[in-house]
Parts: sequence; C-alpha cells; structure tokens
Amino acid sequence: MNENGHNVVDIRSLKKYYPVRGGVFKRHIADLKAVDDIDLSIRKGECLGLVGESGCGKTTLGKTILRLHEATDGRIYFDQPKDKIEEVERLLASQRPEEIARGKTLLGIMDITRVSRKRLLALRKKLQIVFQDPSNSLNPRMLVKNIVAEPLVTQKLVESRELEDKVVSLLNTVGLAREHLMRYPHEFSGGQRQRIAIARALATNPDFVLMDEPTSALDVSVQAQILNLLKKLQSDFSLTYLFVTHHLLVVKYISNRIAVMYLGKIVELSETEELFTNPLHPYTKALLSAIPVPDPDTGIEKIILSGDVPNPIDPPSGCRFHPRCRHAREVCREEVPKLESAGEAHQVSCHLWREL
Amino acid sequence: MEKLIETEDLYTNFFTFEGVVRALNGVSVVVNQGETYGLVGESGCGKSVTVRSMMRIVQEPGKIVGGKILLFLSSEDRQKGIDIIKRSEAFMESIRGDDISMIFQEASTSLNPVLSIRDQVGESFLLHRRGELLEETLKQLADELKSNGFPLAMAWKGFQRWLFRRELESLRRYEKHVKEIDRELYELEEKTDPRSTRRKSSLNARRDRLSEHDFLVSAVKKSPFLERYYKKIHKIVENKIIELLKSLGVPNPANVLKSYPHELSGGMQQRIVIAIALACNPTLLIADEPTSNLDVTIQAQIIELIKMLKENIITSVLFITHDLGLVAEVCERVTVMYAGDTCETTSVKELFKNPLHPYTKGLLSSVPRIEQVEKLHTIPGTVPNLINPPAGCRFHPRCPSAMKICAERKPPMVEYKEGHTVSCHLYPGEEV
Amino acid sequence: MEKEYIDEAGFSRETTAFPELRRPRQPGKHPRLREFIFSVKRFLSNPLSIIGLLIILSFAVIAILAPILAPPPYPDDPYKMPHKGWQMTPSPPSPENPFGTLQQQYDIYYGIVWGARNAFRIGFFVVLANLVVGIILGSLAGYFGGVVDEIIMRITDIFYSLPFLVIAMALVVAIGRGLTSIILVLIILGWPTYTRVIRGEILVIREKEYILAARASGASHLRIIFKHVLPNSIYSVLIIASMQVGTVLITAAALSFLGLGSETGYADLGQMVSTSRNWIVGPPDDRLAYWYVVFIPGFVIALFVLGWNLLGDAARDVFDPKLRRR
Repeated sequence: MNENGHNVVDIRSLKKYYPVRGGVFKRHIADLKAVDDIDLSIRKGECLGLVGESGCGKTTLGKTILRLHEATDGRIYFDQPKDKIEEVERLLASQRPEEIARGKTLLGIMDITRVSRKRLLALRKKLQIVFQDPSNSLNPRMLVKNIVAEPLVTQKLVESRELEDKVVSLLNTVGLAREHLMRYPHEFSGGQRQRIAIARALATNPDFVLMDEPTSALDVSVQAQILNLLKKLQSDFSLTYLFVTHHLLVVKYISNRIAVMYLGKIVELSETEELFTNPLHPYTKALLSAIPVPDPDTGIEKIILSGDVPNPIDPPSGCRFHPRCRHAREVCREEVPKLESAGEAHQVSCHLWREL
Repeated sequence: MEKLIETEDLYTNFFTFEGVVRALNGVSVVVNQGETYGLVGESGCGKSVTVRSMMRIVQEPGKIVGGKILLFLSSEDRQKGIDIIKRSEAFMESIRGDDISMIFQEASTSLNPVLSIRDQVGESFLLHRRGELLEETLKQLADELKSNGFPLAMAWKGFQRWLFRRELESLRRYEKHVKEIDRELYELEEKTDPRSTRRKSSLNARRDRLSEHDFLVSAVKKSPFLERYYKKIHKIVENKIIELLKSLGVPNPANVLKSYPHELSGGMQQRIVIAIALACNPTLLIADEPTSNLDVTIQAQIIELIKMLKENIITSVLFITHDLGLVAEVCERVTVMYAGDTCETTSVKELFKNPLHPYTKGLLSSVPRIEQVEKLHTIPGTVPNLINPPAGCRFHPRCPSAMKICAERKPPMVEYKEGHTVSCHLYPGEEV
Repeated sequence: MEKEYIDEAGFSRETTAFPELRRPRQPGKHPRLREFIFSVKRFLSNPLSIIGLLIILSFAVIAILAPILAPPPYPDDPYKMPHKGWQMTPSPPSPENPFGTLQQQYDIYYGIVWGARNAFRIGFFVVLANLVVGIILGSLAGYFGGVVDEIIMRITDIFYSLPFLVIAMALVVAIGRGLTSIILVLIILGWPTYTRVIRGEILVIREKEYILAARASGASHLRIIFKHVLPNSIYSVLIIASMQVGTVLITAAALSFLGLGSETGYADLGQMVSTSRNWIVGPPDDRLAYWYVVFIPGFVIALFVLGWNLLGDAARDVFDPKLRRR
C-alpha cells in the first residue's frame, strides 16, 4: 500500500446524473446529480471506506464503477499503470483534435464506462459486488449450489464435472459446508445468507469487490462475524474493497482509508486513523460526534446538525454543506471548494479548514 | 420507585403454517414511573413482540397464551395493577390512546399518505382530548357572545354553543359510566369466585357496548351546511397542532400542516409521528426502533428530541432498539433479550461496566469501538429458529461457558446484586 | 484455516452444544421434493381447495373415460350427439335417457359426458395460447422497458378499450360461426390480461438485487429472464390462468347462447343451453316442466367454473410468496 503502488481503480471527473422528467411530454426538466465530478483512486490491496448519509450518491458511485449504472461523463480506469493513464489524460486535455481522437480510442479499451460488451464481460470476472440485503440479493427459487455457481457458469470458467467441488470449496472459505449445497436461501439466517452472497462474489476470483453496505441488514453479533470474515478473505485472496456504508464504526474497523461523501461530492479523504483523530471538514466532525457510543460515561459533546440533506436535484450553491454548517461564511455560499491536500494523505474540500 | 407497567411471565406464540413460533418465553419486565427503560436485543429476540403484547396489538397469527400484563394507572390507587389481558377491547382502546402511545420504526408507513398532516395530527387531538377542546371552544364562544354583533351571527353562535354543550355533556356522561364500570372491575380484579367472574365478564361486555352516541349532535354533524359549526373546533385544533409542532422543532409549522407525508423528509415524518403520539398526553411513550431507518445526523436530532420530551413532557419512555450505542445514550435501565428470553436487567451504567450474562458480554464485545484495533469478538452460530428452540436456556448452543444444566433447565431470574437481575446458571441465587 | 471459518459460522452447534441431546437430523430429501411436499401439504390444509380439486378431477375422469361412459354412435365424429327421432318437445329423465333429452331428442347425458371433454379442450387451448403470448410480450415489455414497453402496452390498451362481446361477435361472424372460431377469437382477445399481469410482476422483480448480481457476474439478458425473472414472476399468471379456464368456458357458452357457436347437436355445454332456450319456461299449467334441459347443462358449467376458481384460490395459497410461509 505504498504511495507509488498500482491503483486498481482510477476515477477521473466522474459524473452520474439522473434525468428528471416532467410535464405532459416527459420533457427533461432537471438533473439529479447523484455523483458530481468525483476523482478517486483505489489502491491495490486496500479497503477504501465510502461513508455518507442516504442519498449522498455513495452506492451510485460504487455501482457506476461496476457499470451497473451507465456514467454520464468521466472516466474509470481499471487496473491500468499510472503513466498510461496520465498519457491518456494528457491527450484528452490537449487542444489538437487528432490527439483527442487518439485519446478516445485508447479510452475504448481502458475505461470501464466505454469498453465494448465483450471486454466488459471479461472485466466482470475481476469486478464483483456484495449487496446490502442478502434476502433480496439471492434468487429465492434457486438452490445455493446454483446461486454460487452462477458466475462460474456464465463466465464458462469451470467444467461442469468440477463445478460442484469448486462450489463446495467456495462455501468452505466463507464458513459453510457441503451439506448446505442443496438448500434454498430461505432456509438460512441473515448472516448465513450474506456468507452465500460473499461466496458468489468470490467465485470468479475477482480483484476488486464492491461492498454495498454488506452488514447493515445484519444483527450486531453476526455483523462482527461477517466483518472478521471479510477482513480475513481480503488478506487471503489479496482483494481490494470499496466498502460503502453509513456506519462509521464499521468502516473504522475494516478500512485503511475513508472517503466522506455529501450530496454527490467527496468532502474529505484520509487515512482512517487520521480521519478519526483529526477530522477537518465540519460535516465529518458532525458525523463522528453523532455516532452513538456504547459507553454511558463518554463526555463527548454532540454536534447536532440542523435541517435535512438538501434535494440533490437543486443542490445549494457554493459549498453544498453550507446551509447546515454552523461556520458558514459568505465565501461558502459563493464558491465551490476544491478537494485540496491538507497534510500527508489527507484531503479536504472546505474553504475554512485551516481556521477551524 | 413506583411501577407503571409490568409483564409477568409473558408467553406469546405465533401460530404459523410451519409450526408454532414461540416468540416470548416467559418475559418479565417492569417499567417504572418516570424512567427511560430500554429493551435491547437482536432481530427476532422478541422485543417488539413484548411491547405489542403490552399494548395488546399482536397481529395475526400471534396470540398471548400466558402470563399477566399489569398496568398501574394513575387514576386508581397504585396498590394493585390491572391485568389488561382480561379487560375488554374498549378498555384497551382507551388505554392505548390516553396513557400509552407508541411510535414505530417506519414513519413513512405509519402515516396515511392521502391525509394531510393537519388531518392526521388533528384526528389524534380530536380522539383523545375532545373534552378539553370542547371546553376551550365553549369558553371562546362565551367570550364572543358577550360582545355585540349582527343578530343572525349571534344566533348562529348561540346554536353552536348549544350543540357543543350537548356534546360535552354526553361525553362527560359517557366518561362517568366508564369510570363506574372500571372502578367496579378494579375492585373485582383479584376475585376469582364464580360470581365475580360472571360479573366481570358482563361488565366487560357492557363496556364494549357503551357509546356516547347523541342522536341530535351526530345528525347535525352529518347534515349539509349545519355541519359547518364544527369548524370552530378545528380552528382551535389547528392552533394546538402548530404549537405542538413548534415545540418539536418543526420549522415552519403552518406550512407543514398543509403538506402530505410524502412531501416531508424521513426525519420530519418521524417528528410528525411523535406529534401524533404526544397529542394524547401519554404517561408512557413506547418508541419501537424510532431511528433505525434514519441517517446518523438525523438520528441524533430525533434522539435529542426524545430526551427533551422525557425531561419536559412525558413521564416514562420505553425505548426499543438493537443499537447498544443508543441504549447507552438514552436509557436509564435496560433489559437484554435473546430469542424470547430475558437475559438480564440492570441500570445502563452497570450493564456496560459489569455485564453478567454471557450473551450480553458477547454482544458488547462484538460492537466495533472507536478505539478498536484487535480482531472483533464474535458470538459463534446464529439465532435459533423459534419454532424449534433449544431446550433449557435458549442461548446455550452459542454460549462459551455452557454447562450440562443449561441444556436441561431454563435458568431462573435471580437478583445477583442490588438492582441487577440475571437469568443464567452461572449465577446461582434466589429466584425473584 | 478452513476449520476456523467453519467454527465461526457455528453450524456444528446448531441446536445444542451437547451431541447426546441433539435431535436426529431429518433424512435428506432433495430440496425440490421437500418444497413440493410442502406445497402439497399447504394445498391440502384448505378444505375448499380439496373440493376444487375433486370437482376438476371428476371432470377429468369423465372427459378421459368419455368413450366408455358414452360410446359414440358415430366414431369418426364423437362430438355429434345421438338422437332418436325429431320430436321437438324435450322428454324428461328416463332409464334410457338418465338426464332426459333436449328438443329433437338429443340425449343430455351424452352431451354432458362429451361436453366435459369439449370444455377442457376449449379451456386449455385458449388459456395455453394466451399464456404463451402473454408471457412473451409481458417479459419483453417488463424487462426491457422503454420503447418496447410503450408499444406493447399501448396495443394492450387498445384491446382493453374494445367492447369485448361486440368485437367477439363481430370477429366470429367474420371468421364464420362455429366452435373453432370462438376459440380463435378468445385467443385473440384474451392475451392482454396476461401480458399486463406478467409485466407488472416483472417490474417488481427487475428491481431485486439478485438481478443486478446476475448482471454483475456477466449473465446475458436471456439467461436473466429465464433463470431469474420468469421463475419468480410466473406464478401470478399461473394463478390467473387456472381461474381463467373456467371463465373462458363461460364466455364461449355465452357466445354459443347468442347463436354463434356450433350447430345444434354438437356436444358442447354452451350449445346445449343455447338449444334449450325455448324451453326455459314450461307451459302455463306447469312452469317447471322442462327444468332439466337448462338446469343440468347450466349446473355442469357452473360446477366446472367453480372447480377452477377454487383451484385458482388454492394455487394462490400455495404459490404466492406472501401467503406461502405464514
């Protein structure tokens, strides 16, 4: 995980807008800016936590990386060397049309949002996902055997003779056994179902797994089991995680770095320890203080944010957090803050972080 | 401390097609007057079923099959409780409205999407505080009648006053009857001889039949034009709602009043649900996971609100949650539940400092902490299927310190320390 | 390493920590068989569904055994009812004609037996054809959405806006009267219901995360439709279809009654009622003299429809995931 390490995913000025249609003829009247101009790199072998409240676009960002949603604009490089990415970025930014054209053709093979169907199918082997609610993400009319085998079958990775053995070994790695092969999902508890979903995600030997709130539908004691399992699997199979969640303590436990999102923008990005000891953005501070701490004697003073998350169709001008920020000034209302470096491996997007 | 509501050895079963789900396995909890009491446990532990049983709103195919629910009402002397399982449905309706109110996890589904906020909060006011509202309306009318005005308008006001008075009288008459029946039932409460039993059932039946129906008032309320007289009371209700919403920190209450649930955010919807619950001036507010669908920052707002209410308006709160962090923040005393069993009951400080039951210990150490560095502790296995629960202590298959006796006998609830009861064979003692 | 994982999931200690106290495991049946047994048990737990099943089963037995129960006098056209003489007045039940005869002495008993066979023919034909069309169009509309959905659903809207009976009559007349054209017309007009239901069902299933999971693992659209979408959405149409078998028969009988069905003497329940419409009311001195001519075929139609409806209700109890595990 050194600074010069290879990035698994490189996101450059990614945008995902949902058109809002209205009127009699369903005209396009506005955009819901779920993800608005995000740059983010996910390093090989790390677990990047993506934190935010509902509607901040964190799940949309994750699913766009897997191309389960089509991006509106921007580029997502998967497993490309850094110099090659810089080269393409330079070509795209240049003034000369032939260089832009060359950049675009290069993008066609490097960028997840643009690759062809065939290439995408191959990429799907390397990119996997675990969903939030295992009762929703497992087909209720399929046997565990077929659920776990599905990626292997669609990708034609294993011959049918070896399929069962492969599935059993996958089940073993997530803590299930051969006797569970011939059962339906409804015969399992929530935690066990989530284990099945994890086994399915691991079937194709992926490099990158998107964890879309994998523990928020589970109970506390089971959540701990799953978190430990995920940690173990990460080191055993050298996986890279993007861990999307709203639960800060979970993300603290499992992540190396954390990105905090608010209304489609990343407001702070930092190493986990650093973020918890030295949060810079007022939103991060409020989030941290709002965690209910299982200790009746903590004297932490709460920062209670007023109001709700604004509507992403019509986000506030300037810094999107300013209507709820108690330090807001004139400049926050007018200028959009940039994500700037605030010390080693710590980035923040706030006009006032130096003063607060 | 004085008890407010108590369950004694409560058993509730769900009779499903696949078998009988034994959701509650002899639950005994006590909520005292003036405290914030927490019920904690994972999903399926029976915390929601316990409070639903307390309110007698267990849904089909569920049924309370054993035990007692004792309610210590302020209107009676507090010596003996009323076993509400044996009372009539009409009695329960009056309790649910007046003394205990409940807020649910999903604010969006507990609000009716086709009624405006004014109608929904107003309905609650009109249901539970009608006497008070009628008196206020009459007072206002009396003031208005003192001043001069057009003769026709004055006649209309006189007509209104006459109707409101009539309604108030019939309401009072009804309340008097109900009170008489309830007092007699209260006196018969602990008698079990055949004669009192017969008398009790006839009284309960009478209470169910009783209504305050006044033919004239209801006829006028239904007749065109004349029904407009009731607008007077709606005006007063509206002012009260605005006041209430303001006290709950709803910005711009006059506008919120006219809106519909879908136009409000999740946090605001939960505030409206709380407003509906508060309209009836409850002694006990039951909050069934009120924040688990909300974001952390909104959750912090609602928790702050509930704490504020506890200090200023409601006497007791029964708070149900799976989040140990919230328990630490909100509650004073707490019961940990597992698979229909009560594991231990103690004060919050004691619970976090000195947990006794192995399940509580496991639960506490499986929550990630801010200062967590080492591997998370886990409880192996999963919550058992309650159709076929483990014999003895229901936790024993997952318990690190299980003994032979755990699989054979359900451990009794013992008072291990002052104010700290636990149900586990590791802690011998006298049964409570 | 594997040992450690398994221990944490804790299956070895599912019911109790002490092996001697553990309940014996149920012998392993194949899960599909287990599900099937569960469905059958669920089905049999409702007395009404048993009644429905019995009714339909007895109809099926009658239909299958028709050549034995009522040997056809014209083997090359068994649906042609035998009759003795041309006397117009129906004759009451007698040892020779256990249910009596229609006008022109057509034997009601023979008509009922072969009519039952015919009823299955009409019901199954129409419903199967509707199912196939409905499932194909509904899946296309629901799964792909957009323009495809718009076009298919507007066409079904057009079909819905037509006055059913009028169009059905017009079409039958245009094609030429007879039972075959009635069946054809019912197929043409019946599919929109199925299309709508299956589309609605698929719109729900499409949002489930296991569809996304399948897409993330690279499954093709065809595979997703057949493996994930249809198995989870088809039950609602199957329930409707089982109820429709009866309804279709009623509609066909209604068209026959209007005189658009097969010619007199064809063993079709609707046709029998239609033939007897002059004999519903008897002569002034005995209004109920010819009760058997309308009552018996009418009652059989009603029984047939009732049976399918009960069966459909039972199917809902068994298949509907919301009711299934309660």
